[in-house]
Amino acid sequence: MSGARPDLPRWADIGLIPLVNVLLAFIVAGLVVVVIGESPLEAVQVMLSGALGSGEGLGYTLYYATNFIFTGLAVAIAFHAGLFNIGGEGQAYIGGLGVGLLLLGLDHSLSWPILLPLAVVAALLFGAAWAFIPAWLQAYRGSHIVITTIMFNFLASSLMVYLLVNVLNEHGATSPESRNIAATAQLPFISDILGGFGIKMAHTPLNLSILIAVLACVFVWIYVWHTPWGYELRTVGQSERAAVYAGVKPRRVILVTLCISGALAGLVGVNEIMGVQHRLLLNFNAGYGFTGIAVALMGRNHPLGVVLAAILFGILTQGGAELSFEMPNIDRNMVTVIQGLVILFSGALAHLSRPWLEALFALLSRRRPSLKEA
Amino acid sequence: MDPELLLRTLAAALRLSTPLILCAMAGLLSERSGIVDIGLEGKMLAAAFAAASMAAVTGSAWLALLCGIVIATLMALLHGYACITQRGNQVVSGVAINLLASGLTVVLGSYWFQQGGQTPMLTDLGRFRPLELPGVTLLNGVPILGAIYRDLVSGYSLIVYVALIAVPATHWLVNKTRFGLRLRAVGEYPQAVDTAGVSVTWLRYRAVLLCGLLTGIAGTYVSIAQNAGFSRDMTAGQGFIALAAMIFGKWRPYPALGACLLFGLLDAVSIRLQGVRIAGIGEVPVQLIQALPYALTVLLLAGFIGKAVAPKASGIPYVKER
Repeated sequence: MSGARPDLPRWADIGLIPLVNVLLAFIVAGLVVVVIGESPLEAVQVMLSGALGSGEGLGYTLYYATNFIFTGLAVAIAFHAGLFNIGGEGQAYIGGLGVGLLLLGLDHSLSWPILLPLAVVAALLFGAAWAFIPAWLQAYRGSHIVITTIMFNFLASSLMVYLLVNVLNEHGATSPESRNIAATAQLPFISDILGGFGIKMAHTPLNLSILIAVLACVFVWIYVWHTPWGYELRTVGQSERAAVYAGVKPRRVILVTLCISGALAGLVGVNEIMGVQHRLLLNFNAGYGFTGIAVALMGRNHPLGVVLAAILFGILTQGGAELSFEMPNIDRNMVTVIQGLVILFSGALAHLSRPWLEALFALLSRRRPSLKEA
Repeated sequence: MDPELLLRTLAAALRLSTPLILCAMAGLLSERSGIVDIGLEGKMLAAAFAAASMAAVTGSAWLALLCGIVIATLMALLHGYACITQRGNQVVSGVAINLLASGLTVVLGSYWFQQGGQTPMLTDLGRFRPLELPGVTLLNGVPILGAIYRDLVSGYSLIVYVALIAVPATHWLVNKTRFGLRLRAVGEYPQAVDTAGVSVTWLRYRAVLLCGLLTGIAGTYVSIAQNAGFSRDMTAGQGFIALAAMIFGKWRPYPALGACLLFGLLDAVSIRLQGVRIAGIGEVPVQLIQALPYALTVLLLAGFIGKAVAPKASGIPYVKER
């Protein structure tokens, strides 16, 4: 990434350029909708009302956002150390495996309030473990983290198929799924909790995990900006060589950061397995790891930005499902297209609009003094 | 093992290797010029969709091939624009291209053909069918040689032969031509190339264009030669296996070919072994064999099987000194 150029005011650099980039992505997505012969404005309307217009829509939106926060934070914290963790997909998968194994073992003896912290630890440990080998290889053997984490995504998927087909599936059952975990071990849904207080809400997959997501955001914010480890992490991200001169050991920082990153992605397992699916199954991680990249890029790697971007992608995912009902011409994979466009414009083409904006600001600042003179 | 079965398995391995070989050569050309390409998968998928759509509409395999190549090349140019001109992050751009391809193929496909993202099944007319090389009937009577010629040398679609020619062609281009010398130089030390008065930008764009051409052929093969139509995400990670094969071959054409053939063979064997019990071992877990390419590549990258060194300047945008 090239360093910040000083030709723009700070607010424009932090606020305007990302906004313009996202806007460009949505304009191109709108063009795709036009090609399909539908009205983009109408599509936006359907998506917004589908995602936010009802308690049910809102619940689904926030449920998706919970997963996106976990994977978005995972990508973001690695970015701060100058690393690209593309393996959120696999780490989330294995994190879910950890949660599933724990629950399948203990669900009849313990209830959810005791199991929840254990499940969180299991998700963190399994996610971190899946990131550990690529992390170690990156730090000590110099093999590129992007390639190894891609390979580990595929390895995770092979491992899960093997386990669910041969080991964990119910005896005699043909479908690659584990048995259901006991009802007492399942995380309560938000709708049930609110129901206990007499507030009626439509039943949605939204569950207590969203609170864990909030805690994870706070953790990342404190860790990256308010601890010595975070300082070391950002130093390594800025310049590995400078970090060495400052007495930081980059290898250890890389190892620790990537394990934290994997652990955060692993938390998807708590939401999915303990909160929603209540059993181990194939592909519950579908696409969340890759969406995390879009979320992190759009949220500029800051926890607050990640939350906002995660909610936006929650809206897109839920609204996209609604859209495919209302406008059958638009497949729900439109969300994947938008993700790709956001990654393209906020990531790879991040500086596309900069020369234009610089010219604009130069023009404005040239005119302002002349106004004063007059 | 029954020799007939052996020949069949080897032939199947070559068929399964074909998209890997084309993509590995594509990735090799791109990465030797310093442009990391994890978007091989996306380009191949987009080309597969474009080719199958064109074939479904026109019934012409050749137009389909052209269409596949054009679409893959356009995506390659997008990657090139982001990485070379805009100096963006090459991995990020690759991820974007993969997601765009995965989404757009289904969105456009389900709108155009109304079959949930699939293209209509093709008849033989719009496909590249297996060719029978001259002399098969002549040699049929000859023992061993006749069978080998019939089952292993003849009987592939044209694109398989194209892939096999692409390997020496890539080797020649990269190692024996002036363009290749400059290409390798620009991937290792672009400053030197620039100082010599050769355009880094144009060299890298040409590499990216070649990458688009080859991934386009690979995608076309997947949808209209190997299969009779497009289905969603049909490339199923083969672009990444090709990437692994390229690394496994240490960014050199012939070793990369070897890796592709090995990975194709593993795939063919795992299909053959599905549900088969082998005496003494029991049922072989197919997933284990399918995971081998990835596991082997990680082991290689870890330095346990030789050492894989990427082109020095790959992944780093070139900024001309002012």
